Amino acid sequence: MSKSNKKTIIVLLLIVVVIAMVPLFTLKGAEFGGSDDAGSQAISEITGTDYQPWFTPVLETWIGGKLPAEVESLMFSLQTGLGAGVLFFFLGRYVERNKWQKKIRDKEEETYDSLN
Amino acid sequence: MKLSEKRIITLVAAFALVFGVYPVANAMHIMEGYLPVQYCIVWGVVCLPFLVRGYFSIKKVVSQNRKSITLFAMVGAYIFIISSLKIPSVTGSCSHMTGTGLGAILFGPTAVSILGLIVLIFQAILLAHGGLTTLGANTFSMAIAGPLVSYGIYILCKKVKVNKRVGIFLAASIGDLFTYCVTSFQLAAAYPSDNGGITASFLKFLGVFAPTQIPLAIIEGILTVVIMIMLESYATSELIDIGYLKGEINNVKVK
Repeated sequence: MSKSNKKTIIVLLLIVVVIAMVPLFTLKGAEFGGSDDAGSQAISEITGTDYQPWFTPVLETWIGGKLPAEVESLMFSLQTGLGAGVLFFFLGRYVERNKWQKKIRDKEEETYDSLN
Repeated sequence: MKLSEKRIITLVAAFALVFGVYPVANAMHIMEGYLPVQYCIVWGVVCLPFLVRGYFSIKKVVSQNRKSITLFAMVGAYIFIISSLKIPSVTGSCSHMTGTGLGAILFGPTAVSILGLIVLIFQAILLAHGGLTTLGANTFSMAIAGPLVSYGIYILCKKVKVNKRVGIFLAASIGDLFTYCVTSFQLAAAYPSDNGGITASFLKFLGVFAPTQIPLAIIEGILTVVIMIMLESYATSELIDIGYLKGEINNVKVK
């Protein structure tokens, strides 16, 4: 990868971190959460009644209750981990492949040069 | 009152409606059991032709070149990562991104629909996030409508010769935003407001979703550009195989 590309990537990632972290530091005391019942509030406000979902998530039916927050975060990290594993495994292979392909090319050029 | 004045008032009123509502909900998929049955079925049926077309387009790409399946897996993995990251936003609530823009740009909009469906099923069953009953609606918003818009914008940017990276950024971030516009519409169609009907409802849901989602859409756009730079540097031959790149780039001989 060229140097300018590397620099671009670093700068872009820094911007991402800033955008993601600024609300956390500036909005002190904000909840940043309340995942599932929050959406129902908007619906309840419109319909004027307490909305009762007509179907519960299958996992919550199986375990007979709400999914514990800790387990939910485990599942989310599992999803991230699976994705990151696959993505960067193949990316790593590509990086290595580029390395040895470049080596072979250099060698071929060397032999070609020495023959002439 | 002059026409222009009327326009301004309408605009301001719309603005107030959108931003005056305090965002209570997190911008995410429609939750399990939150759509009436008939809407679940309708959205599911609407998805079918796209999914079928997506299946065939994947089959075509893979049969033309088996190696491209790796890239396809990477695109899917990217959606897995991106849609699992809940990020705090300026409105004081969290939301997550969709990650479907990358796939739409590389493999076309319908191919991504299959990947999006897989992620949504994973989240619906194992994470109790989104839902099986709302799968159709969520698939339509995240895996069909969003990618379609991403793809359209990418092609448009290419046509008018905007810088490629800017094009990718715009495609991914606007596609992300559009996903939540569609979600708002789906909720509004199911829960029209007593006074104002679907439009009022739509603006209310949009007011809940949009402000939270804008910074996240920007992040998604940036991350997609980053991944694309990496792929362009290291997976050049694969990108040429699927028709994303043509011939020689970056002075690297491709063989």
